Amino acid sequence: MHRAAEIDVVEPVDKRAPLVLGGETFRSITDSVCAPVEWQKTPMAWWIVLLLSASLLGVLGISVGYLFWEGVGIWGLAQPVSWAWDITNFVFWVGIGHAGTLISAILFLFRQKWRTSVNRFAEAMTIFAVLCAGLYPAIHVGRVWAIYWVFPIPNQMGAWPNFRSPLLWDVFAVSTYLTVSALFWYVGLIPDLATIRDRATSAVKKLAYGIAALGWRGSSRHWQHYERAYLILAGMSTPLVLSVHTIVSFDFAVSQLPGWHTTIFPPYFVAGAIFSGFAMVINLMIIARWLFKLHNLVTMRHFENMAKIILLTGSIVGYAYAMEFFVAWYSGNPYELFAFINRATGPYAWAYWTMVTCNVVIPQLFWFKKVRTNLAALFIISIFVNIGMWFERFVIIVTSLHRDFLPSSWMYFSPTIWDVLTFLGSWGLFFFMFCLFVRFLPMVAISEVKGVMPEANPHYSGNHTKGAKA
Amino acid sequence: MTSSTGRPASGKLFGLLAEFDSAAELFHACEHVRDAGYTKWDSHSPFPVHGIEKAMGMKPSQLPWIVAAMAAIGGVGGFLLQVWINVDAYPMVISAKPFLSWPAFIPVTFELSVLIGTFGTVFGMLALNRLPQFYHSLFHSDRFARVTDDKFFISIEAKDPRFAPNATRALLEKAGAKHIEEVPE
Repeated sequence: MHRAAEIDVVEPVDKRAPLVLGGETFRSITDSVCAPVEWQKTPMAWWIVLLLSASLLGVLGISVGYLFWEGVGIWGLAQPVSWAWDITNFVFWVGIGHAGTLISAILFLFRQKWRTSVNRFAEAMTIFAVLCAGLYPAIHVGRVWAIYWVFPIPNQMGAWPNFRSPLLWDVFAVSTYLTVSALFWYVGLIPDLATIRDRATSAVKKLAYGIAALGWRGSSRHWQHYERAYLILAGMSTPLVLSVHTIVSFDFAVSQLPGWHTTIFPPYFVAGAIFSGFAMVINLMIIARWLFKLHNLVTMRHFENMAKIILLTGSIVGYAYAMEFFVAWYSGNPYELFAFINRATGPYAWAYWTMVTCNVVIPQLFWFKKVRTNLAALFIISIFVNIGMWFERFVIIVTSLHRDFLPSSWMYFSPTIWDVLTFLGSWGLFFFMFCLFVRFLPMVAISEVKGVMPEANPHYSGNHTKGAKA
Repeated sequence: MTSSTGRPASGKLFGLLAEFDSAAELFHACEHVRDAGYTKWDSHSPFPVHGIEKAMGMKPSQLPWIVAAMAAIGGVGGFLLQVWINVDAYPMVISAKPFLSWPAFIPVTFELSVLIGTFGTVFGMLALNRLPQFYHSLFHSDRFARVTDDKFFISIEAKDPRFAPNATRALLEKAGAKHIEEVPE
């Protein structure tokens, strides 16, 4: 498949760049998206990435196994820094997941049709990221064998979980988020699984995809209930994603620590999550688009829109940094003020300024259209955003803990090799699942992309459309 | 002839299957079929065609009611669970807060209403669609495999009171069908 020429992406409101380029038809869209799923001979590159991911996944297994054997002391944690890489990584992964739900649900409610080329991919990213995230709260407790105590199940002790704790709210929030995201993703997959079923040449494929597709036959009576369900899922997922990261922020905000106990956390965390999530989507999508030749379906317009969202949420995060400092000073609270001066000038200043540079300064380049529409710039800036957002969580967690109210308890936290390996291993889990996803499932929402093409409009006539908006 | 599902076709007629090339053609054809008074019929497309519910005379979906009921059950149930746990089963004294500290119960209540509401949405939608349904007479048609690709279809069942093999076929031809076939049950 040759790459169609990129057309101008200037968008006055009344004349937007088309969402699908290159004169694609419904048939050609089906063909190009189903291609990786229908590979007769899987390319060596896929096997290599799978094996690398599997190795990292093995590293994760060893790290977690050793953790269970020896205890949480193998990490660099020590009082007062009782949370460090474990919770940083938890919030990092959950945050990345939020972009997928935003693309699926919130952009759907805002009728942003451009979401259809990236939503399947982004939702898959959400599910895998949330799985990586959920690992950490489960393994970071001191007594892993008692982790089932977080669930409200009748037991011989007559004990129940503490519902006034955000740590328990997290259990419900993240479990709900994972379940709802997975169900939303699956519902979206049903028509596309039917597409693969109807094209399947081997009996095994036909059976497997046939079962997964539940017998879908494109009936309009079914589409009616389906579309209703999709809208309702989008409508419920939107407050869900806002609530999940709000509850994650409550892990810190409802405590008493200076630098943690602040009401700005919920909106600040949610904006930060969207920020880092979109950066991850851009990184992954640039690679996937190139590898799987999806240039006509994922266009510069899509990337430009995502870059604008990154610019917006990055600016919100920058504003939040400024406000934290201002309120710390304005409050007159010496502990609060110390916490922030310590962040900027204390032993972790290197982490703080990395965070500010990556999150606030570098994304401002997206004000320039030339930068927004340059794939290399998009890729590099997105990597910086992810680095910056990891450091943001690290800075919030560790700087507030390492120097809190009692100076005799102050310490400088350093990660051990096991902190690092567990984190690297989680990437292995993420990419391993991603490899399986791109090989066995359609990575673009076929029926949805077709549905936003001008030809899908029942009042479409010839080359001109009446009332069909991109 | 065996269907793609493997079950051999019986001698009885399921109905007629008409094929169309575009969403616009399907839409207008549906209006014809609706106006002719058929009730046991359906249209099929690779993506939902905007406005086709009106063109087919469909009533609005009842799914929102199912979802509302399930979400209410989830929310109320979640709240009552927390109330029972904190007031009766295992009251914990935390910072001298009242046992029925309802503001603290809100996050879990919300999450549970979303969770149970989602179950209602997904399983309610599947139930209303009678899915999974791995066997359907239309799968006997080989051309029908393109319904998930780029073709559009209307199927009118022989069970419909107004069905008459010749008249129904003539109606579909007049409505612009590119190909019409008889589908066995």
